Amino acid sequence: MAHLTPTPVLEPGQDRTMILNMGPQHPSTHGVLRVLLEIDGETVVRMMPDIGFLHTGIEKTCEAKFYQQVVPLTDRIDYLCPMTNNLCYVLAVEKLLGLEIPPKAQWLRVLLNELTRINSHLVWLGTHALDLGAMTVFLYCFREREEILRMFEMVSGQRMMTSYFRVGGIALEPPLGFFDRVRDFASYFPSKVDEYENLLTGNPIWLMRTKGVAVMSAEDAIALGATGPTLRGSGVDLDLRRDMPYSGYENFQFKVPVAQEGDVFARYMCRVQELRESIEIVKQALAGMPEGPIKADAPKVVLPDREKMKTEMEALIYHFKIITEGFAVPAGEVYQAVESPRGEMGYYIVSDGTAKPYRVHMRSACFANLQTLPKMCEGRLLADVVAAIGSIDIVLGEIDR
Amino acid sequence: MPTVPAITNLDELKSHPAVARLVAWNSAAVQGAKFDREEMTIYLDRSCIREACAVLRDDAECAFNFLSDVTCVDWYPSEPRFEVVYHLLSISKKERVRLKVRLDGDSPAVESLTSVWPGANYFEREVFDLFGIRFTGHPYLRRILMPEDWEGHPLRKDYPVEGYS
Repeated sequence: MAHLTPTPVLEPGQDRTMILNMGPQHPSTHGVLRVLLEIDGETVVRMMPDIGFLHTGIEKTCEAKFYQQVVPLTDRIDYLCPMTNNLCYVLAVEKLLGLEIPPKAQWLRVLLNELTRINSHLVWLGTHALDLGAMTVFLYCFREREEILRMFEMVSGQRMMTSYFRVGGIALEPPLGFFDRVRDFASYFPSKVDEYENLLTGNPIWLMRTKGVAVMSAEDAIALGATGPTLRGSGVDLDLRRDMPYSGYENFQFKVPVAQEGDVFARYMCRVQELRESIEIVKQALAGMPEGPIKADAPKVVLPDREKMKTEMEALIYHFKIITEGFAVPAGEVYQAVESPRGEMGYYIVSDGTAKPYRVHMRSACFANLQTLPKMCEGRLLADVVAAIGSIDIVLGEIDR
Repeated sequence: MPTVPAITNLDELKSHPAVARLVAWNSAAVQGAKFDREEMTIYLDRSCIREACAVLRDDAECAFNFLSDVTCVDWYPSEPRFEVVYHLLSISKKERVRLKVRLDGDSPAVESLTSVWPGANYFEREVFDLFGIRFTGHPYLRRILMPEDWEGHPLRKDYPVEGYS
């Protein structure tokens, strides 16, 4: 919305160029992204993304909520990976509180986060292929995504806005049959990835649209703040799950796919291989799932079980106090980053010792990744812009917050 | 709850490579440091932030080659009112450091980092948009999330959460 005022942002630099407006309702912009393009014939001379259409002021809203009330807001930032946002936020608050999380809760969080990553990558793969003219992949991807959403519904009652994690653990025990369903999904999912790859990886049309298109060097990617597959596609080996582990990721063995070419195809390959690695992590999490509680032993922070509230006075009092007054968090500040499907998702939380956060800042991976778009597109053909936008996997809700 | 008290004595923290490097470079620029919850924070003089970042980026020992995040905290009504917060990451050493610059509430301005990391561009525009802090030397300092004709800076503490007309 920032540039809907009469002053045009981009003025034609030379007589032979013209300004083309793309979006904010263009089907290939994945939300409401507006892109201003200065084109010379079919060649993009300059490019300027315009964002802010989905700005809802979530950071400001957080300052008026109790710590536990922020969890549902974090879902709404990135609607394709709600669990990753939940996780990042609760990890940051737990770090401020100094809470120890029981192993079962940590493993469940890892399991659900990897399912979220698969979910997000499936939407990306389907829509990215759709943008470039491959309709079938979209239908295949959404078939498997539907199963993941049903699993989310099983644990949290919600398909997309899950809000399943809590400060100090997770909300509920997963219902009976959940692990069997995940096990079943994990057993057949790799063959589905083969199906997608059969349709795309060797497809000459796909290769022509993606190979050597929208190339970005490793130096540029680092300088522009790119993270996630956008960075790894340019040959920089950085994955926070492995390099700065959180929530027990150090217990899992997985490879980090890296490609050297820095083009759309390299980013595609990174994400498709991540699908396979994520399902391996899911399998490891299922096999080694520890027994024990799912909530930390911190009665002033974690809501008591319903059963206890009916029999124990203290549980009822703590429940009442947490709901009405929240819980005070010691003064201080933390920055917690996790590897979201799109890159480094970071929460910077400042506490002044009260029950409401003094400041919550979300470092959005897409926000930084979007800056690489002009670098990828300038000097290239107009049709490649669509491929480039798809390849950085943007979610406008996360960018605008 | 097992939180260790923060260390704020600069002399104790000199073993940290980033602190050591910055003190060796310009001890007057380092106003203080804090090690709390496994995170290192360094307070810098506002005039030195760009050069300090370039030093940390190019130093082989520190190698903080990646700018993760730029944001701001408003401590209204106390002065200096604003803290601009930079999160740096070293991809090779897997380390983070937080740099902070304190600014007065009266026309706050600080040097832009866009010449060190072009990626600072959007982050600084966001801070300008939501806090009204000017980044000198920024190539295109305009609102990014709010409409261009918006009045006020929403994330300031004297800007109400609701009821604004």
